[in-house]
Amino acid sequence: MAGSTLEIKDLHVEIEGQEILKGVNLTINGGEFHAVMGPNGTGKSTLASAIMGHPKYEVTQGEVLLDGENVLEMEVDERAQAGLFLAMQYPSEISGVTNSDFLRSAINSRREEGDEISLMKFIKEMDAKMDTLEIDKNMAQRYLNEGFSGGEKKRNEILQLMTIQPDIAILDEIDSGLDIDALKVVAKGINEMRDDAFGCLIITHYQRLLDYITPDKVHVMMQGRVVKSGGPELAKRLEEEGYDWIKEELGIEDETIGSK
Amino acid sequence: MAVEVSLPYDKQYVTEYSNKHSEPEWMKELRLSALEKSETLPMAKPDKTNIEKWNFTDFNHDVEGEVIDSLDNLPSEIQDFLDQENQTENLLIQRNHTAAFTQLNKELEDKGVIFTDIHTALRDHADLVKEYYMTEGVAVDEHRLTALHAALMNSGVFVYVPKGVQIEQPLQVIFWQEDDRASLINHVLVVAEENSSVTYVENYISHNTEAQTSANIVTEVIAKDNAKVSFGAVDNFAHGTTVYSNRRGIAGRDARIEWALGQMNEGNTVSENITHLVGDNSEGDTKTVVVGRGDQKQNFTTNIRHFGKESDGYILQHGVMKDKSSAIFNGVGKIDHGATKSNAVQESRVLMLSKDARGDANPILLIDEDDVTAGHAASVGRVDPVQLYYMMSRGIPKKEAERLIIHGFLAPVVNQLPVEAVKNQLTQVIERKVY
Repeated sequence: MAGSTLEIKDLHVEIEGQEILKGVNLTINGGEFHAVMGPNGTGKSTLASAIMGHPKYEVTQGEVLLDGENVLEMEVDERAQAGLFLAMQYPSEISGVTNSDFLRSAINSRREEGDEISLMKFIKEMDAKMDTLEIDKNMAQRYLNEGFSGGEKKRNEILQLMTIQPDIAILDEIDSGLDIDALKVVAKGINEMRDDAFGCLIITHYQRLLDYITPDKVHVMMQGRVVKSGGPELAKRLEEEGYDWIKEELGIEDETIGSK
Repeated sequence: MAVEVSLPYDKQYVTEYSNKHSEPEWMKELRLSALEKSETLPMAKPDKTNIEKWNFTDFNHDVEGEVIDSLDNLPSEIQDFLDQENQTENLLIQRNHTAAFTQLNKELEDKGVIFTDIHTALRDHADLVKEYYMTEGVAVDEHRLTALHAALMNSGVFVYVPKGVQIEQPLQVIFWQEDDRASLINHVLVVAEENSSVTYVENYISHNTEAQTSANIVTEVIAKDNAKVSFGAVDNFAHGTTVYSNRRGIAGRDARIEWALGQMNEGNTVSENITHLVGDNSEGDTKTVVVGRGDQKQNFTTNIRHFGKESDGYILQHGVMKDKSSAIFNGVGKIDHGATKSNAVQESRVLMLSKDARGDANPILLIDEDDVTAGHAASVGRVDPVQLYYMMSRGIPKKEAERLIIHGFLAPVVNQLPVEAVKNQLTQVIERKVY
């Protein structure tokens, strides 16, 4: 089997004392694209943030293994160095730090001391990827996400994904706020990442992203759990019929977290 | 409880000191009268910082320094402040209280530019010094510290730029407090005549982490009509030196004074930077960068006072507070009646890196005229854990992420500093201080 494996086992997560995730199980292998879908308020973004180690989220039970190592015991930077990546729904703005300096620090953090990427090579790679994502070249010298439009931020997350080249990436609502042209560009970038080694977990509540990126597996989250899994045909059916049929099938009245 | 200050230096000492340096009579008199005033004047009262118990009197007053034959013989921590690639010809190094190295471009000398230590200036250019020494800028009797300064002034520099002379290369001065207990009671006097321009850069350096002493610095910059003075400083006194620094600018008609101050002292510091925009259409621009660490307490007051019509004042100060350090940033824009169409703008930002660090930004606008524009922005905050998380999620270790955030926070000020050499020095010193 090529690539890495991310195993999420019985994951329970709280935020400010309220339990959001109530036992999530998922396995993503290298080479696979998974989509996690579900209405708002069902715990999808919490799953992404908890795996990466967002300071607000507390894991109360379960484990997340990357090639057998429990990432929950690692610092956030160690998780990234181990090969994880999260494209965030709301990336931070950091004044005074240029996009390009930030990106180079990030790339070098995964390389040995003395083996840092050369400036020329870095610029060449970044330029090529900016072309793919149709990003204005002056964005490299702008401060990280500062004053970026919603669409620019999303493209910038994918630019980071493409230059950092992680083993497993989680994309948290990377499609929200994008118009159809921007969506196509972002999808093109993500599809370029596809190979036998790269695994990806795409979180979305719209089917439309999946028109451009075909997932191998689709999971539906409700009430802080994965309640249904299937192939790409599941996404199609959700697009046509919505989520009600799943709720009916499983006897769920309110799909959001607060409900029992 | 106020500490009673009894100076170990009396009239006799001051008289002998003045005689030793063959000072003109007026200087001796100025010293003696200041000494008397220092006994009765109240202590300086920087807003929101109590300095009654700080050490401003316990030090060695008169310490010679060895002459420097070649810059190559300087220790590396001093050489760090020289620009290895593009070192200016115009360089003065003061070692303790001795002018140990002085060099000025010959052409500038021929044009009448004066760049010399204060003792030499008092002998060779007594009338010029007399005209500007604590007359228009800082007054002897502002408070006890200015009086003490006037009484015991023991070192410094005099810069004089004649009418119409434009100096391209910066003038650089290194004030090196080599002796652990030496006190730099330093006077810097910069006079730029009409239509002249000069860039002056200074560094204060000491290494007394334990031994206690004090520095009492008065700087006066006089920019005559249509003169331009760009004044850069990287202050780098060690923990043992308690610092009082008063930098004052007087701008004539169409004159411009730019201050770029890297306030990187490690000890307790009171810094007062006041620019008087006296002439119409004059401009004052102050940029200050501060990094506080350890247990140091600091107070920074930047004040631009508008008297002239259509005068412009800009204050920008950014400070990072680490460990248990604390700092007060007072920004004052004052527009006097009659200074119509003036513009006073200021921005102060403080970033605290630990829970024990303290920062306070106080923007003050005092406006006594209707037809003006003014604006201020101030913020005090801590490093955002979500920002750190975002950067770390790309594999960047926490320390490196903090370093990037600090540099990023200070960059808007550092990048705007007018002198490349100051910018580089400052970046280096910041790098050392943030770890």
